[in-house]
Amino acid sequence: MPGAYEVVIGLEVHVELHTASKIFCSCPNKFGNAPNTNVCPVCLGLPGTLPVFNKKALELSLRAALALDCQVNPFSRFARKNYFYPDLPKAYQISQYEYPIAGIGSLDIFKDGELVRTVSIERLHLEEDAGKLLHDDANLSSYVDYNRCGVPLIEIVTAPDIRSSEEARLFLESLRRILLYTEISDCKMEEGSLRCDANISLRPPGTEALGNKVEIKNMNSFKAVQRGLDHEVVRQTKILDKGGRVSQGTRRWHEDKGLTSEMRSKEEEQDYRYFPEPDLPPVVVDDAMLKKIKNTLPELPVARYQRLMADYGLSAYQAEIITTERSLADFFEETLHHYSQPQKVANWLLGDVLKVINLDAKEIDDTLFTPIHLAELLDLIDGEQISGPTAKEILEECFKDGKMPAVIMEEKGLGQISDTDELAKVVAVVLEENQLAIKDYHEGNKKVITYLMGNVMKITGGKANPQLVTAMLKERLDK
Amino acid sequence: MTAYEAAQSLQRREVSSQQLVKAVYERIEAVEPAVRGFITVLEQEKALAAASRADELLEKGQAPSPLTGIPMALKDNLCTSGIPTTCASRMLSDYRPPYDAFVAAKLQAAGTVLVGKTNMDEFAMGSSTENSAFHITLNPWDGERVPGGSSGGSAAVVAAGEAFFALGSDTGGSIRQPASLCGVVGLKPTYGNVSRYGLIAFASSLDQIGPLTRDVRDAALVLDIIAGHDARDSTSVPREKEHYADYLGKEVKGFKVALPVECFGEGLEKEIKDVVMQAVGKCAGLGVQMTEASVPSTKYALPAYYLVAPAEASSNLARYDGVQYGLSVRDEENLLSLYWSTRKQGFGAEVKRRIMLGTYALSSGYYDAYYLKALKMRTLIREEFVKLFKDHDFIVTPTSPTVAFKIGEQKDDPLTMYLNDIYTVTANLAGFPAISIPCGFVEGMPVGLQVIGRPFDEGRMLQFCYCLEDLLGIKGRLATIDIKEGK
Repeated sequence: MPGAYEVVIGLEVHVELHTASKIFCSCPNKFGNAPNTNVCPVCLGLPGTLPVFNKKALELSLRAALALDCQVNPFSRFARKNYFYPDLPKAYQISQYEYPIAGIGSLDIFKDGELVRTVSIERLHLEEDAGKLLHDDANLSSYVDYNRCGVPLIEIVTAPDIRSSEEARLFLESLRRILLYTEISDCKMEEGSLRCDANISLRPPGTEALGNKVEIKNMNSFKAVQRGLDHEVVRQTKILDKGGRVSQGTRRWHEDKGLTSEMRSKEEEQDYRYFPEPDLPPVVVDDAMLKKIKNTLPELPVARYQRLMADYGLSAYQAEIITTERSLADFFEETLHHYSQPQKVANWLLGDVLKVINLDAKEIDDTLFTPIHLAELLDLIDGEQISGPTAKEILEECFKDGKMPAVIMEEKGLGQISDTDELAKVVAVVLEENQLAIKDYHEGNKKVITYLMGNVMKITGGKANPQLVTAMLKERLDK
Repeated sequence: MTAYEAAQSLQRREVSSQQLVKAVYERIEAVEPAVRGFITVLEQEKALAAASRADELLEKGQAPSPLTGIPMALKDNLCTSGIPTTCASRMLSDYRPPYDAFVAAKLQAAGTVLVGKTNMDEFAMGSSTENSAFHITLNPWDGERVPGGSSGGSAAVVAAGEAFFALGSDTGGSIRQPASLCGVVGLKPTYGNVSRYGLIAFASSLDQIGPLTRDVRDAALVLDIIAGHDARDSTSVPREKEHYADYLGKEVKGFKVALPVECFGEGLEKEIKDVVMQAVGKCAGLGVQMTEASVPSTKYALPAYYLVAPAEASSNLARYDGVQYGLSVRDEENLLSLYWSTRKQGFGAEVKRRIMLGTYALSSGYYDAYYLKALKMRTLIREEFVKLFKDHDFIVTPTSPTVAFKIGEQKDDPLTMYLNDIYTVTANLAGFPAISIPCGFVEGMPVGLQVIGRPFDEGRMLQFCYCLEDLLGIKGRLATIDIKEGK
């Protein structure tokens, strides 16, 4: 039964770097183009071609290393990983082996604002991506799309520090957030720009020795990682409970069937015959370069999360949601340059603003709605020029065409009526028409005020200042 | 006639580039059956078209280089856009690259005229050009002998007057040894001086492209065109452009030359030693100081080379898998058989031997004992070189322990064949420049003398060889090659 063993997980995460061109040639690094259009003799591995290392890829890998507290190696070098496969046109992948760009680092993972674990990172290295095989099952043919060949990747390898499938998911979420904040990658698992393999083994609680491990591949979403690991815990537990041995090797996760199957056993593991890549000089990183990159690093998500709570009195929940996307946190703080009440901004952002954005599955950056819009909207409410419901209507309009809230209010005549003479006339009419309700009120049913208010709103087209109307109704009824 | 002399006539408009090209094609027609130095001879019309463009530039006085209009040849492992580039392998027998090698583009921009692609040992692996998948090449001095290798075709066509100069590639001696055996000049530049972009790799950390020419001046002129930084080759060294021809004719008094005892001892034929030592003796007249020296690590050079080079080759040649280009044997519908059959049929015996050697040397469990050890030897050799060059300007050795050997004599004896590289591999392992110039004859066959210089010191190396060449007085004999008929 699950729980009888301690689960030991280590992750290998591949992240595509968000560069304009590929790692060793000038072809565009773009997803989704027609097969074999983003290719050249270099990334096709044609005879005689040579790699030239993209400086931007180096910069992004160093950003990642710094963001993950990794020790950057002043001297690193590329190595060839040799194996045959049709998606690998040179029959070797240029990677790093003995001397990766960065070593030991760490990442804290949180749940509901609480630190769950600090996961050690063993290494971070640079490499090129391979192409993609497309299978035509009907004609029993396979085709190769080399567009992805040479897309720059970093591989992040964790220590076996993770203790549950949930922790694995939290680690990935946290890593993704950092990589997005630092603009290292777009981290789209569905497009393969973030990929995760997991090593998992079980051992009796309280023991140190690692059990036989299994590497799981082909988990293409955070959910799949969690499901795949859960499945593997159950599978390995059954084997161990029967006194069996887990056979070491690589297994493939089948999302549709919800299970893993063996790809190759340990005996079938390839000898990659790594050796230093003779076509590329060593990568030398000096302090000045590191310092420069460090200075361009933005505040990282955890630090920002903590600061938003401390500086603005946000709740853990609010701070958590707002820091999910860097753009949202930036929006929040930018709004506060134009408007002074953080709670109101947070409430509006997490409520109505996110609702509108989520409808379009967009990020706030990609909309016409700016912090100045939100600040102005809140000012209109504070000045009692519009009511809450009107504000929501205006908000939606802002997203449509980017017009300022005050302009929309004017154009649509949505301004709130706060003129007491005008309101007094409407209140008089409403009371006149609702004698029964007045009677109810005097018999103790104070809720009729809401009903009467509704009638006032009906007549004024929702523009009546609700506070004023309530006060007037009370005054007249209590007379 | 050297390329320089022909270029002088072109510039004086005594002759046109088209006339030169026609003469070269006549020569090819006459002697190629007895030399077989080319894998591909370009259609004459194509060469003439390039020649007429050169003539126009010459006419206008706008020649882009001193060698504009000169017919030349390229080793068949240098990529030429749309022109077959086979590496003398069945694997690439129909392969036409979509781009030009850096050196090919440079020579084209300089207005030289490509007439053909030369024969070689398959993938540049060999010392006799007998490993070509297509045909052997005969030594123009004696058709029963090999021209050396792997740039045997380039050396032979230059020696036979079928091209004014040619480019070769040198991984362990593949320019210098055939130059020595065919009586021409062969220069391997400093590693990083000439871009390897478009050179189909054998062993990336050792390969360099260089000229095979009829004299030292020509070597300098060609190097002037092909040397220089190329951003597409990360091992190409950025440095100020040199003008090698400017060094020629300067005095060499006071130059210090080392003669390593290891290169004049066992294994060297006595007649060769005598010829080389005679040439060395003449240097005294130039005011050059000669001293014996020792480079003890020389004995490790050959074993280190035969680990490093095959290791890199095993990886470089893995891309020939039948998937994208070149030979593709699809007799069974599965991936493994595609790999097996393609590589089995596509590669010759020597290439397979080296792939296996290299694969073994890189395998886990053997890596430290072989590949890593070889790298350490390499470092040691380089350090000894650096030390020696603190007090010396050049090292002089024989280029090859023998003159050209008979065809078939060593073909089935790889170890003996490997010994041909014994004096040349060191310069590749250290990355230093080296040149072979003809220094005499043994039984009518040419003997080469090797000069190794400091990194990027090709200028003074050529300066020295230019004087030596003049002193030896055998340059004139190279133009009168006796082609045996009917072979």
